[in-house]
Amino acid sequence: MNLYLAAQDPTLADFGKDPWWLVLGKILFAFVVAVAATLLGVWFERRVVGRMAVRPGPNQAGPFGLLQTLADGVKLAFKEDILPRKADKVVYFFAPVISVVCAVTALSVIPFGPMVSIFGHRTPLQVTDVSVAVLVVLAFSSLAVYGIVLGGWASGSTYPLLGGLRSAAQLVSYEVTMGLSVVAVFMTAGTMSTSGIVAAQGDGTRLSIGGFEVAAPGWYAILLLPSFIMFFIAIVGETNRAPFDLPEAESELVAGFQTEYSSLKFALFMLSEYVAMVTMSAFTVTLFLGGWHAPWPITIWSGANEGWWPMLWFFGKVILLVFVFVWLRGTLPRLRYDQFMRFGWKVLLPLNLVWIMVLAGLRSIEDWQARDRLLVTAVGAGVLLLVTLFWPSRKKELKQSPQEQADSRPYGSFPLPPMDLQVPPSPRTKRVLAEREPANVVAGPDSREV
Amino acid sequence: MTSATVLAAAGQVSGGEEVTFWILAPLALLGAVGMVWARNAVHSALWLVLTMLCLGVFYVLQAGPFIGMVQIIVYTGAIMMLFLFVLMLVGRDASDSLIETLRGQRVAAVVLGLGFAGLVGSGLYRALDGVPAAGLDEANAEGNVQGIARLLFTKYVFAFELTSALLITAAVGAMVLAHVERRKADRMDQIATMKARFRPGNYPGPKPGPGVYATSSSVATPARLPDGRLTDRSIPEILPVRELTAEETAPKGTDK
Repeated sequence: MNLYLAAQDPTLADFGKDPWWLVLGKILFAFVVAVAATLLGVWFERRVVGRMAVRPGPNQAGPFGLLQTLADGVKLAFKEDILPRKADKVVYFFAPVISVVCAVTALSVIPFGPMVSIFGHRTPLQVTDVSVAVLVVLAFSSLAVYGIVLGGWASGSTYPLLGGLRSAAQLVSYEVTMGLSVVAVFMTAGTMSTSGIVAAQGDGTRLSIGGFEVAAPGWYAILLLPSFIMFFIAIVGETNRAPFDLPEAESELVAGFQTEYSSLKFALFMLSEYVAMVTMSAFTVTLFLGGWHAPWPITIWSGANEGWWPMLWFFGKVILLVFVFVWLRGTLPRLRYDQFMRFGWKVLLPLNLVWIMVLAGLRSIEDWQARDRLLVTAVGAGVLLLVTLFWPSRKKELKQSPQEQADSRPYGSFPLPPMDLQVPPSPRTKRVLAEREPANVVAGPDSREV
Repeated sequence: MTSATVLAAAGQVSGGEEVTFWILAPLALLGAVGMVWARNAVHSALWLVLTMLCLGVFYVLQAGPFIGMVQIIVYTGAIMMLFLFVLMLVGRDASDSLIETLRGQRVAAVVLGLGFAGLVGSGLYRALDGVPAAGLDEANAEGNVQGIARLLFTKYVFAFELTSALLITAAVGAMVLAHVERRKADRMDQIATMKARFRPGNYPGPKPGPGVYATSSSVATPARLPDGRLTDRSIPEILPVRELTAEETAPKGTDK
């Protein structure tokens, strides 16, 4: 199996050996990534959404409008910081801080690349890794919602409170889906450390097709496609992005939880939203899209997964996912709240559970004899077929002709036009130019003039 | 965190572990005390979150990274969030009232609490008295997560399944109790709605809006009918109709 698992794949034992300056440098790097992601992310989103709406988007400040976000940030910093009179001052202050801290900290367990050499030290391109790193990200993403909920509550006004309440319910609903999707990854990778999951996706089994050695895809996005799709839907809900941005739904709640926020605190909320988007994209890349491993055509080049190159593949994938986030926002209208909840609890959750059951079944028959395996799979498929065939369908109603439908209506119904109604041609179809009398422009003694 | 876990597993207290403990232990206690003392219910919940976070880090320090993270995700992430949800629905100004409705309640609570703590402590002491400690090295020999999973799904599988059955029963029970079934037959269709609207005694047109006057544009101000009477239908049902007094209609002095 471990054909690709070479020296560049870090293991848990490679962590915790860095000198202090290297640790500091990595932390600084992760932080800079977060801030730069916001600066570029806002610009990227506005440009892409602009293009989707057939308009240029911000293009004045700096080349291609790149400095627009910086200008907006500076402007925000100099705005008046308003503290509502009914606000709970301490909580009101801490809410955006919690959001930002959680969003940024989750980046610390994301692997950016393989083992590299920095000033003579062999070290993985990742701040740290633990045996439960995926759970660390989940924990921080669930804590980040405290920022939104508390911000909404502490503002002391109605719309923010409604936004906060929505956010709390949304988080609890979609975190279940998120956790269950990750379970499939745990089951396949056999580890919870992010670097381990990336390494597990690298070693695609090699198939020999017609004499050619073809590496089967190891990405869990392909192997665990249902999990990948449900996970992505869940993180869109978790990061409060459109079409699931119900906590800030501007058409219903003004700006939701951040209605009362201004100046730097508002900027912090914006920062946390974009950092969370990038963090969650990076998390998805790590879990499902092979992490920093190069995608297929590049892997022909043997040096693709060595040195600093993988960082390029990693950020390429992250940008691709961020684009999907923006694409969703530009395309889909916002869900209604009850639709959103129903989707989470009645569609995603049962589907996820069934999929995990199926996956567990497949994993448990993996070691069996080929004949038994075939038998079990055939029986399973047969049962599925029978169930779909004999699933009680809703009784088909008899097709009635329009006249019968009209006759069967109860007394007191709305009057219907006759069935053989001939609609006369619209008088507006032909433009009739009426003859107008020329206006009387002859000036004369006008008694009405005062 | 990795190095701390490894060191803790080795059975000695490292410097980093000690520093973390002495920073977080007072914070955990502060959270617990603050939870009891805070007047505001949401503040209480937040203090409790602080304590739970500290406990989560303690678990991680003591070579239980899985249980530590689960503590943070489940308790602070989900359960306390549900608490907050309910508290917010109650309203943000819902503070504890300091009037004791049950006489002697506090004394009884303190006595019972101490008694319960004593019972749990002595019970644990008696139960663990003769148990030899296996050590973290042995417990985490095949990995922390794997070790927990092996125990949970072999030795304690019955207790585990029983607990989950209990929880599911509770959840289903809560749903059954809270569920209001609306049968399709009870719902009024369009024809029934129309008939109810045009029934004699019911005015089918829209209700008049509230009165808008120079002195007041509040929704609580009723509109006047052509004959000068006030109309109840122009204001929401929960607001009583009242005539404004001269004092209320007088300029408030807010315009300079």
